[in-house]
Amino acid sequence: MIKKLCTSLILLTTTASLFTSATVLASGEVNVYSARKEALIKPLLEQFSKSTGISVNLITGKADALLQRLKIEGKASPADIFITVDAGRLQRAKEAGVLQAIDSAILKKNIPANLRDVDKLWFGLSQRARTIFYAKDRVKPSQLSSYEDLATSQWQGRICLRSSNNIYNQSLVASMIENIGTQETETWAKKMVANLAKPPTGGDTDQLKAVAAGVCDVTIANTYYYGRLSNSDNASDQQIVEKVKIFWPNQNNRGVHMNVSGAGVTKFAKHKDNAIKLIEFMSSAQSQAWYAAVNSEFPVLKSAEISTVLQSWGEFTADPIPLNKLGENNRSAVELMDRAGWK
Amino acid sequence: MLSLASFLQQLIIRLMIAKALNYKTFNWLSGCALLIAVTLSLPIFVVSSSVFSGLGPTWVHLADTVLSDYVSNSFLLLLGVAAGTLLLGVPAAWFTSVCEFRGKVLLTWMFLLPLAFPAYIVAYTYTGLLDFAGPVQSFIREFSGLKYGEYWFFEIRSLPGAAIMLTLVLYPYVYLLTRAAFLQQSTNSLEVCRTLGYSRYRAFFHLSLPMARPAIIAGLTLALMETLADYGTVQFFGISTFTTGIFRTFYGLGDSTAAAQLASLLLSFVAMLIILERYSRRQNRYHSNSEQRAAPALIKLSKTNTCYVWLICFSPILFGFLLPAAVLLYWSVCEAVFEASAFFSLAWNSFYLAISAAVIAVLLSLLLAYARRLKSNPLVNSAVTISGLGYALPGTIIAIGILIPLAWLDHRLIDLFESFFDIEIGLLLSGSLFALLFAYTVRFLAVSMGAVQTGLDKIKPNIDNAARSLGNNNLKVLQLVHVPLMRSSLLTALLIVFVDVLKEFPATLILRPFNFNTLAVHAFELASDERLMDAAPASLMIVAVGLLPVILLSRSISKRPAMSVSKGIKQQ
Repeated sequence: MIKKLCTSLILLTTTASLFTSATVLASGEVNVYSARKEALIKPLLEQFSKSTGISVNLITGKADALLQRLKIEGKASPADIFITVDAGRLQRAKEAGVLQAIDSAILKKNIPANLRDVDKLWFGLSQRARTIFYAKDRVKPSQLSSYEDLATSQWQGRICLRSSNNIYNQSLVASMIENIGTQETETWAKKMVANLAKPPTGGDTDQLKAVAAGVCDVTIANTYYYGRLSNSDNASDQQIVEKVKIFWPNQNNRGVHMNVSGAGVTKFAKHKDNAIKLIEFMSSAQSQAWYAAVNSEFPVLKSAEISTVLQSWGEFTADPIPLNKLGENNRSAVELMDRAGWK
Repeated sequence: MLSLASFLQQLIIRLMIAKALNYKTFNWLSGCALLIAVTLSLPIFVVSSSVFSGLGPTWVHLADTVLSDYVSNSFLLLLGVAAGTLLLGVPAAWFTSVCEFRGKVLLTWMFLLPLAFPAYIVAYTYTGLLDFAGPVQSFIREFSGLKYGEYWFFEIRSLPGAAIMLTLVLYPYVYLLTRAAFLQQSTNSLEVCRTLGYSRYRAFFHLSLPMARPAIIAGLTLALMETLADYGTVQFFGISTFTTGIFRTFYGLGDSTAAAQLASLLLSFVAMLIILERYSRRQNRYHSNSEQRAAPALIKLSKTNTCYVWLICFSPILFGFLLPAAVLLYWSVCEAVFEASAFFSLAWNSFYLAISAAVIAVLLSLLLAYARRLKSNPLVNSAVTISGLGYALPGTIIAIGILIPLAWLDHRLIDLFESFFDIEIGLLLSGSLFALLFAYTVRFLAVSMGAVQTGLDKIKPNIDNAARSLGNNNLKVLQLVHVPLMRSSLLTALLIVFVDVLKEFPATLILRPFNFNTLAVHAFELASDERLMDAAPASLMIVAVGLLPVILLSRSISKRPAMSVSKGIKQQ
């Protein structure tokens, strides 16, 4: 009995495996490798399928692993689009040679020049700010000024930071390297790490929670995590939003560190036209408003509607640094943080 | 680097085949075994071939800054988990196999429950509970009026915290294998021991424990290898270990070669441990006395002792399963946002992948172990050991080690079909379920191999000879004698691989085909997006899918093998 069961199972799985890889070659489709989580992309893809009749096949995963898969699969890769968060990763995909240049008047019109690649290999589709958050009852906004200021002695034992393994911190440091130079950034990182209230653990939301719980008074986090808490019905989430406030640093000079999620068409895309259509769709007013509403991200399209939560944070100056610099400086940033003892 | 790697592989494979063919008693079974073993060790070769590409500037940086942290943290974590799993696993195994007390049956299978939990999920739930922002500390602050830092509380996100989390989900490995060993121990030798005037206490330390040692070590090895491969927990707790270092080098520094070299360093460390362990018991062979008919006399516990045993045994179940499950249940019901309709296909995908992988891994292990028993082939032995190292590697690294050779093969196939038939076939192997099953087999071969091998080693070679002298061929002997005798070991192997695959996400994430999702991947995606509470329903589903086989199998594992063998021989 067991023997029969085994044989049939093996047969079943091998045939199933052959079919699953063969079906994606049909036309009227587009195949997506996405480092954006399924929940943050699938609804949009479904809308795309509905309005164009093009069906979308999706694999989500970690950016670098997907990139590795793309590289190894080479010209036979079924992927048409690579979607990822963080400009550093987009730059890495560009350097790996897995993307192709796309000429699209729509994308050019919808996306500001500093949010897309100079060689037209990738396009930013949503923006997030990595900014400072503070405890309302223990910190006056006037005490805060810039990222650089977090290294001063007034913040001794009052800062929470996420681990330097995280790409968002790596990109922030990469932008600092570009703006103030390696030497100064390293001194800054060392002093800021010395100001930490506890060793770096957890994600961005955990840092916000730590500020609310009184573990520390200031932290650095991405805006959409705060936006998510603001949109939540949960009472404990609302409490955090009540206790923790947002601050836009460096308003007198370069502005807040921004990053993007973005996409590019793969070099060996079998459905290139559909792939371009999908990216154009994602830059449309409708999709851009969706990003803002669902994940509290800032649209790249100027005219797109933004949610009341985003509006409540007020206007701010954003750092205009070309985003490919973040990717170029990534390695130096990681090495710098290792030397600074940023765990 | 790639061409060098493939050249080396070819060289090694050729050498192996040439040597194996020289073997006097080469037959199809050992040929198959060799082919399988070499194929399964291929990903490990791919990863470790990076060693030959020389040390780059990244190494100078690592050695100057973080490498010592990686080594010392990994080592401390291993120590903690080793102590913890032994302390929880061995007594639990002994109580449930040798003693008789109220509620023993219940305890026996409840001990396995934590196995169904991915370590990182347990870590998330405890963090949610015990963190500064969690309900426990919030209550302390509200109740006492103290602020954070003015009272002492255990910092869950720390190295000891990580060791506890991993211990809670990994002790069942030690428990399972040790218990199987205790059950297979002959009562006769224990009785002889007692008639010689040994107390139960001394008999345990001088006879039962040494006899169970290979099994204990096998279980411990699994727990430690899983600890080394763990990424989710240590990453979440912010502890720099070898695994986080590999990914930091790979992703952050963008140096895949140095990352693979770090992984190889990890592998060589594990290989050294395994060799040391084998060397230390080189002369000891333990075959059980098979003339065991009557069920052994169990030690009846008094009511007070029963209470003590329950008290001791219940805590790992409480902290390893009931508490986290309750928290997840609370989150699922009260906090999480989820669509119930999607869960059926997720659960089905997880289930059939896990069942297929478990059956494949156990069948291959049985074939490999049996081939080794018939004719020990040093090449098969070393290939099996090498592929077994896969258990200590993070799934992502294994996945890449599999993608490289599969994509290579795919590209050759594509060229072939294009030039002969002018058809474009696309990638057939990589990015299919075949690749996934291959990855699971490599990743979890050590698990099934360990259980199967311990089971097979227990059977005296005399029995093989006797069965063969009755005119049975090797396969018949395997089918009629070994398989029934090793029933509990085989089921144990099936169970562990099944549950392990159910929990696996890093390799699944990279290798899966389009539009294919599993419970573990789903839970991980939500959790890594910092939506811990939304991940709760999927995590609970993993436990639920794993639960039924855990209960069913643990019941049949606890049955004694003697009956089924006599039945098998009668059918003859």
